[in-house]
Amino acid sequence: MTKLMPVLSAHWDEKDSFTMAGYKRHGGYDAAAKALKMEPDAVIQLVKDSGLRGRGGAGFPTGMKWGFIPQGDNKDHYLVVNADESEPGTCKDMPLLLANPHVLLEGMIIASYAIRAKYAFVYVRGEVTHVVRRVQQAIEDAYKAGYLGKNIFGSGVDLELVMHVGAGAYICGEETALLDSLEGFRGQPRLRPPFPAIAGLYARPTVVNNVESIASVPSIIANGAEWFSSMGTEKSKGMTLYSLSGHVQNPGQFEAPLGITLREILELAGGIRPGHQLKFWTPGGSSTPIFTADHLDTPLDYEGVAAAGSMLGTKALQIFDETTCVVRAVLRWSEFYEHESCGKCTPCREGTYWLVQIIQDLENGKGTEADLEKLLDLCDNIMGRSFCALGDGATSPITSSIKYFRDEYIAHVTNQGCPFDPHASTLFAGTKVGA
Amino acid sequence: MSAEVVDMITVVIDGFEITVPKGTLVIRAAEKLGIQIPRFCDHPLLEPVGACRQCLVDIEINGRAFPKPQASCTIPVETGMIVKTQLTSAVAKKAQEGVMELLLMNHPLDCPVCDKGGECPLQNQAMSTGRSESRFTGVKRTFEKPIHISTQVLLDRERCVLCARCTRFSDQIAGDPFITLNERGALQQVGIYENQPFESYFSGNTVQICPVGALTGASYRFRARPFDLVSTPSACEHCASGCSLRTDVRRGKTLRRLAGDDAEVNEEWNCDKGRWAFVYTNAHDRLTEPMIRDASGELRPASWPEALAVAAAGLAGKTAAVLTGGRVSVEDAYGYSKFARVSLNTNDIDFRSRISSVEEDEFLATKTLTLKTSYRDIDRADSVLLVAFEPEEESPIVFLRINKQVHKRSLKVTAIASKLSIGNEKLKSNFICVAPGLEAQAVANQELTAKSVILVGERASESVGLLSAVVALAEKTGAKIAWIPRRSGERGAIAAGAIGQLLPGGRLVSDAAARVDVAAVWGVATLPTALGRNAKEIISSVNEGKIGALVVGGIDPLDSEDHQATLAALKKAFVVSLEIRPSAVTQLADVVLPVAVVSEKSGSFLNWEGRARAFDAAVADSLQRSDLRILSMISDQMKKPINLSTVKAAAKEFATLASWDGASSTFTSCAPIAQKKLSAHEALLTSWRRLLDEGTLQQGEENLAGTARKSVVVISPKRASAIGVVDGDKVRVSNEHGAIVLPVLVEMIHDDAVWLPRNSRGSHLLATFGVASGAVVTVVKD
Amino acid sequence: MAYTEQDLVTMDSIIARYPRKRSAIMPLLHFTQSRDGFITGEGIELIAKKLDLATAEVSAVSTFYTQYKRKPVGEYHVGVCTNTLCAIMGGDEIFSGLKDHLGIENDGVTADGKVSLEHIECNAACDFAPVVMANWEFYDNQTVQSAKDLVDSMRAGKPKPPTRGPDSLPTWKENSAVLAGLNDGRSAEGVQAGEPSLLGLKISKKGAKG
Repeated sequence: MTKLMPVLSAHWDEKDSFTMAGYKRHGGYDAAAKALKMEPDAVIQLVKDSGLRGRGGAGFPTGMKWGFIPQGDNKDHYLVVNADESEPGTCKDMPLLLANPHVLLEGMIIASYAIRAKYAFVYVRGEVTHVVRRVQQAIEDAYKAGYLGKNIFGSGVDLELVMHVGAGAYICGEETALLDSLEGFRGQPRLRPPFPAIAGLYARPTVVNNVESIASVPSIIANGAEWFSSMGTEKSKGMTLYSLSGHVQNPGQFEAPLGITLREILELAGGIRPGHQLKFWTPGGSSTPIFTADHLDTPLDYEGVAAAGSMLGTKALQIFDETTCVVRAVLRWSEFYEHESCGKCTPCREGTYWLVQIIQDLENGKGTEADLEKLLDLCDNIMGRSFCALGDGATSPITSSIKYFRDEYIAHVTNQGCPFDPHASTLFAGTKVGA
Repeated sequence: MSAEVVDMITVVIDGFEITVPKGTLVIRAAEKLGIQIPRFCDHPLLEPVGACRQCLVDIEINGRAFPKPQASCTIPVETGMIVKTQLTSAVAKKAQEGVMELLLMNHPLDCPVCDKGGECPLQNQAMSTGRSESRFTGVKRTFEKPIHISTQVLLDRERCVLCARCTRFSDQIAGDPFITLNERGALQQVGIYENQPFESYFSGNTVQICPVGALTGASYRFRARPFDLVSTPSACEHCASGCSLRTDVRRGKTLRRLAGDDAEVNEEWNCDKGRWAFVYTNAHDRLTEPMIRDASGELRPASWPEALAVAAAGLAGKTAAVLTGGRVSVEDAYGYSKFARVSLNTNDIDFRSRISSVEEDEFLATKTLTLKTSYRDIDRADSVLLVAFEPEEESPIVFLRINKQVHKRSLKVTAIASKLSIGNEKLKSNFICVAPGLEAQAVANQELTAKSVILVGERASESVGLLSAVVALAEKTGAKIAWIPRRSGERGAIAAGAIGQLLPGGRLVSDAAARVDVAAVWGVATLPTALGRNAKEIISSVNEGKIGALVVGGIDPLDSEDHQATLAALKKAFVVSLEIRPSAVTQLADVVLPVAVVSEKSGSFLNWEGRARAFDAAVADSLQRSDLRILSMISDQMKKPINLSTVKAAAKEFATLASWDGASSTFTSCAPIAQKKLSAHEALLTSWRRLLDEGTLQQGEENLAGTARKSVVVISPKRASAIGVVDGDKVRVSNEHGAIVLPVLVEMIHDDAVWLPRNSRGSHLLATFGVASGAVVTVVKD
Repeated sequence: MAYTEQDLVTMDSIIARYPRKRSAIMPLLHFTQSRDGFITGEGIELIAKKLDLATAEVSAVSTFYTQYKRKPVGEYHVGVCTNTLCAIMGGDEIFSGLKDHLGIENDGVTADGKVSLEHIECNAACDFAPVVMANWEFYDNQTVQSAKDLVDSMRAGKPKPPTRGPDSLPTWKENSAVLAGLNDGRSAEGVQAGEPSLLGLKISKKGAKG
């Protein structure tokens, strides 16, 4: 049985966890002070040694990313933190920032020092005003404490840190779209190469990291690479936040070493809601192909989930029980991708527009079996043909759901409509407040 | 030109090897093999974007294959690369077909009524790459269609495939980001901001590069089918940039003009004036038959023989001079040049129907033809200095070429002027603000290198000592000079000797050997020896009774500084007018001879570089005759033949005289004048002609005129507060001759200066003030 | 509305945050929204002028992001998450319940201008599903009834406080200013974390004790 390992979330139960005092009480900013006494390259090496990989979905080794920044190039370098958490099902970074924004700032100070950045940005999605307040206040408090601004920690190093608030565009979670957005353009992905490490923000070397990745850095500096790499599995080191939601007894955040299984988390969470069974789930948000009860024992690390045909993604475990119509679920995700497609490339822009129409027909009983083949062929024409991963993501729920629940799609055709009662899936099923 | 060393890379595409320069994109390497990969967003002059995904191909490098097909328009070739296009890869083929199906899904089936039908990349590539039937049975996206995004460009968003060529052109090339992609996802659409129409001087290029019928020009809409048009390569007559054009004619009428391809000159662009200002060629009031003034003083139609006889008789025995205007072709200018010397026995010929100076006479006679500066020099320059020259207004392709380098490598541009122009703002120019008339001192202070280029405009003649300062600066620093006149015919006219001091090929009238040389080619015994008068002197000589006859080709008296004197001279002299439409000259001429417009004849211009820009007759069956042909006929009638009955003959003869390594003259410089003293309400006038204004050749094209910049008076913040006005208030600018009242715009301009457009609606400076720059005017709140 | 001198100074301070001024376009749009309630022509033209951009460039950006509104929204802008998880857990019923209750459609505003309604995408609070946002503050674990009660309280002028947010609900314009990066001093209000956020931690602590 894998044990939970609260590190990032260790003190979220303290009322003032988000304040400077609350953070300092448990050694907050000591790691930054320590790191600033190290050589920047040694900091990068330490993070490399820890095995920390990106927590935003792709799982790229964080230390290696930092190491790509050319040194001694006499150019400005930038650190940009991606706090645009918008992948459906993903809900780890926002509670983290609400409860402890300082751990992110400390991580940013360390990372900026390591990559020799004098300017750092945190790009927070715009639909979370109270998170924005907490981050803003934390930044102001860190400036007052001398942790940001000129000569931070008396080290002679300068660092400006700016919060940038988004305005409702999922695509800005894609790192190059985020950079365009931060530069004041429409948030559409950029051509790569050049990669951000060479020409990122303002065409200068830039590291873009997820909130959780950067927030993990202070603990690595404080406790060492070995401590971190002692957790997790062979290639997926350390602890991470798993976000359990949906038809479970107790949804919530579970910080555990990488490699824990859904069965273990469900056990801790009290299982599926009473009287119901697990039908399907996402391992890491809507863009990761869905799983079923057959995957309860899949180790939730980068390799384990990939081997089972999906992606670890953001570890957003959305749980759906047998009352849920998979076609309805997929339709809604498809509508999401259509709404959030940036419009730049043809396959995603036009493809998501078409996908929705086909799935709508299927859900409403107006589809045919041939539509399923058309749907799969269309997915084939979008997957790997789009400019960025958004288009790929749009096909994941469709292809994976047809793989596991083809019969249910067919049932919509033969039944000439959806055989499910949507009310039965609600949390208030059986109560009088239903529609 | 020195060869630049480039690394070459060999790749294999569909089994064929091709070696191309490093940096070449896969899609273009394939083109070299004749393999056409379908594409929409790709454009060789725009930065790669990879948006439409139509050009997906399979690529492997040194045995490692990309896991998914790649956009061939974004990937440069690499050593060891093997590319499989739709021709050899099933994956690439299916990917392309898939993208095509998606592009067509929301595209309306309105090809039968679409202007692009028949020349549409989407239509063509749908045939090559598309499915025969769409599987899309859903609801298409619809928009209101079409919408005017300016008076001359219409947008049909339903047809748009969102390749972003238009928006990228406007931003990257023209520097006018007035059209943008708006909204998001399936609702993404091209558009303008509601209060700012797409008023770019270069907007027509977006119509041309649109790969579908989404952007159309108001003037051509629903006029023709591409397969009904006869296309002729031509050259633009509007300015000295020298654009290649394509003129499309249907049943003897020019229906549209497109930018031609010339990598050395206009690349693939032109300006909206060059594209759309051709309505004058079809004008209902074109002169079609000769006219002579009868005994009662009225003009009446006459036969060609009668009119030629009257012209010849009128010219014979009088002291005559020639004013050609700045728009004639090289061959026509050569005809005028030879006609003056051979038939009229005079060197009194000038092509300048504009403000000029003795200093300019000197500059043109000694410098212009020796200048070898070219567009390539701008590409390679380490800095560009603009003197009395607003490229965006006065030679727009020069502007694009500078802007390209500004965009690409932040080329340093310095502008010496009294007012900061929109064009210079776009070029991020280092603006050196001087009072009108004091440019010369500022020029003298410039630090340039031998890799710098000085672009000096024709308005330099309006500031005493300025051309001298430019020459001195170039001599001191080794910087290259380019003299860029506004009109298309000026450089050619100089080369042809349509100026008093020069014979063809830059030969000096004053040089006996040169005269002998030319006389031999012309088969005449001698040539006149007296140095020719310039236009101003010719006019005053007429008024003084020293000249009795004028041969006038395409000039507007209102373009001269003292138009009263010009009109008086035209009234006094026996005038033979060669014109396309009735003008102020017509009213005073004794013989009016209709001539062909540029689309009705062949010929060439020399652009500012001195590069020949040849054009063929686009309207093949025109009855109109070129100036050259008519001059030849008059000369025959006068029994002093120039023997140039065809353009070909003129071109051939001119070619034998085009170069000269004999005597040349040296430039004598002029000292600048001192600063003028101004009282509180006085200012020094500064102005230039805007690209789109009330120029004769723009008449009749209202769609184009609708995008012209609005007429304003520009004064500095200091002057504005002194006279108590803010933006939009009416201001009155006047001198002893007249007054102009226009809304004021408070901008970056020298405190001593006031700027007005030279020839725009409500602002005709020469006609109103008799001056256009440097003079003292009064500026008050109206 | 006319922008005051102070507003212009604030805009300059926003621009000064960035190494290149174009980056300020998004916070400036949030800021103009805090003054005008939505994106107005005046706002766009002012931003274009401040940033030396063409107005088209500013409007191109403003139309890309869904939080910038083209027309006035209510004093309290209510968003019901109808992305898959929330929709299935009850978001769809909440949304249709609110439409009926308020008598408005998606993107509609009540006649009194108090409440506007929009279905929104995933708001990163899935462990609190179904989620309703008001002026982009969290109202967690909603039911059809609780959502109706919430909008009723808004129309009565005394909106219920968010579950994870300040002690009382700020107006749309007030919160737009916060999104422009202007600190309203209310960060310390409200809980540090909701119960689900603490679930793993609590289980871990219990396990450690046990």
